[in-house]
Amino acid sequence: MLRWASHSLIFLLAAPILLGTFIASLPAFGYFPPLGSSDFSVEAWRKLFDVPGLTRSVLISLISGVLTPLISLTLVFLYLASATGSKLDLWIRRLVSPLLSFPHAAAAFGLAFLIAPSGLFSRIISSGLTGWERPPDILIVNDTWGLSLLFGLIVKEVPFLLLMSLAALPQLQPRYRIEVARTLGYRPTIAWLKVIAPSLYPLVRLPVIAVIVFASATVDVALILGPTLPPTLSVRVLSWFNDPDLNLRFLAAAGSLLQLVVSLIAVAIWLVLEKLVGLLWRFWLAAGNRNTGESLAFVIGRGAMPTVLMVIAGSLLALLTNAFAGPWRFPSAAPSSWTIQHWANSLSDLSAPLFNTVLISVSSTLLALILVAATLESERQSGKGKSTVMWLLYLPLLIPQIVFLFGIIVLTEFAGWQANLSLVIFGHLLFVLPYVFLSFSEAYRQLDPRWTQVASTLGASQLKSFWQIRIPLLLAPILTALAIGMAISISLFLPTQLLGAGRITTITTEAVALTSGASRNLISVWAIVQLSLPIVGFMMALFIPKFIWRNRSGMIDTR
Amino acid sequence: MSNSVLDLKDVRLSLTGKQLLEIDCSVGPGEILTVMGPSGSGKSSLLAYIAGFLAPVFESSGSVLVNGVDICSLAAENRRIGLLFQDPLLFPHLSVAGNLRFAMLSNAKQKSQAISEGLNDIGLAGFDDRDPGTLSGGQASRIALLRLLLSGPNAVLLDEPFSKLDTQLREETRTLVFDKLRASGLPTILVTHDQADAEQAGGEIRTLL
Repeated sequence: MLRWASHSLIFLLAAPILLGTFIASLPAFGYFPPLGSSDFSVEAWRKLFDVPGLTRSVLISLISGVLTPLISLTLVFLYLASATGSKLDLWIRRLVSPLLSFPHAAAAFGLAFLIAPSGLFSRIISSGLTGWERPPDILIVNDTWGLSLLFGLIVKEVPFLLLMSLAALPQLQPRYRIEVARTLGYRPTIAWLKVIAPSLYPLVRLPVIAVIVFASATVDVALILGPTLPPTLSVRVLSWFNDPDLNLRFLAAAGSLLQLVVSLIAVAIWLVLEKLVGLLWRFWLAAGNRNTGESLAFVIGRGAMPTVLMVIAGSLLALLTNAFAGPWRFPSAAPSSWTIQHWANSLSDLSAPLFNTVLISVSSTLLALILVAATLESERQSGKGKSTVMWLLYLPLLIPQIVFLFGIIVLTEFAGWQANLSLVIFGHLLFVLPYVFLSFSEAYRQLDPRWTQVASTLGASQLKSFWQIRIPLLLAPILTALAIGMAISISLFLPTQLLGAGRITTITTEAVALTSGASRNLISVWAIVQLSLPIVGFMMALFIPKFIWRNRSGMIDTR
Repeated sequence: MSNSVLDLKDVRLSLTGKQLLEIDCSVGPGEILTVMGPSGSGKSSLLAYIAGFLAPVFESSGSVLVNGVDICSLAAENRRIGLLFQDPLLFPHLSVAGNLRFAMLSNAKQKSQAISEGLNDIGLAGFDDRDPGTLSGGQASRIALLRLLLSGPNAVLLDEPFSKLDTQLREETRTLVFDKLRASGLPTILVTHDQADAEQAGGEIRTLL
């Protein structure tokens, strides 16, 4: 039974993704019986390469795919090098998990409303500094080269890479290594870069590659912040896919394959960069400099994280002011009056998507938790240690969403299935599973094995000790894993949009759909609802154990 | 009274081809056999082997008999071998009574009454609803012993159960544990570093190399 669960976990993840990626390529070569085409041809590719502005779309995807991880990782490493052990560090470590739950779409909207020519930032500086009477006529958001897209992605990925690095660091015993280097005369920041960074990088490599794939293929962030003439490749593929002209399906299929190639090229460029940096590092290590460059590294490192935090705080502030703003003339830093009218107007539209969002996130996360817990329990009972196939869990993060989701849709169309709620829940499950696994597996594996041993010497069966001992002892990590899974599900745009065929709406799909045309006030209301949902989840994960174990002082230590 | 007998017949444990220990002994009702030896001599592995959760990397041969019946093929939970660890390991999410109830057979009658009597017997009357996290080290050890006895074992293993208590408490707890085990007629194997433990156990002493 348990074995079955762990096998089905792997199957559930790997099969649809690999099969989906393969199936997506069939229409790209003209084979798509549901549209009456069963002859192979390269027609779709010819059309694709004739699309105006394609080169630019591809270039922008490539640029954000390579620069996002490069800049984010540099900032994270310089930060860790310069701030480890400082007061700032303690403070930031506490903030990093909640920051991660900020949904991409809400963060992108907030950033747009902060940095746009008529945004909060320009209004605040206008009052005293610039004397602008009218918003400056420059294209900041949706700029042609995707710089604001890049900025938005960096602000979002820095907390992610920081969290991944913090999780990997303890096994390197950083304090001990730094002390050794310092006794050899190295300044702390240089010591970190020379003795910790080279060992830390391999441990965060997989998350970095996930960032490359995400940044080169994101749809929702690119829809909000990315260029429009032409948009990124992923956005164009989605628009071909959604086109009422079904013949564009072939173009969409070819485009999604091209997206896969573009993401792979971005990864390949990264691997080359990796080699070069490795080579430089070896020279630098061997050169024996003990303090050259320390002050620069220190300034960038210490400055980066507070800047990212301030941008996120500013985005949040921009959303909040817009959501409650009455009339707001340009140069004023604040609206002339406040109102809840925008909320009152949205209330009736919010309820159905809100219900769907909660239903989809709760069911996909619970399913994921059941599969993950069964897998971990089977791993524990077999006593064989970590299974090697677990890297497959990362598959949904390593292949662009649009590619395999497209394939899954083609598959359902072959099978004649209609888009429905269970298909959407299944799609969410693919993305929720890896995060629930990552979050829960550490806690599960680290639980003192003697608890189960005591239980069995007292005559309790494996089943009894699983339900009555392991699960209650792990209540807090379980709730955290659920909160993380739900936060991931809530932030998902593409799986809902594609697998629900636009008929199943969530807060996220509705909010992204508002991009074209709706007022800032209305969008802010939806973005705030979107970002509040994960916060509710994390609050519950924090307070439910405190309440349940209020008379069990020992439960504070076992967490 | 239990009147069980625990026999270890030609037990050999080895790790990656290297033999860790061999032992052959018989422990009668109410007897306490002490196994001594330096760290790494395999004392704890021996207890894990008898209790049924030796890691699969170890190879073992020989047999463990309880009243003449070989229990080696049974799962840990069906062996009815009680074990006291270095720590009391009271389940922190259950009350004292919850811990004791967890150990009792599901068809045991009048559980609450048995629990009150048991607590009374070890000098902790009225502790039923206490949070295990608020107990002192000595109290927790006594509850752990009572929990073991209420699970109705046929034999008992002690894995340095007094090593974390300070001298005064150690003396008291040791006396209580040994008295109770002898009184219930359970065959017991004690693993320890401490000569005083061995002397007070008053049974045969085996030293591993």
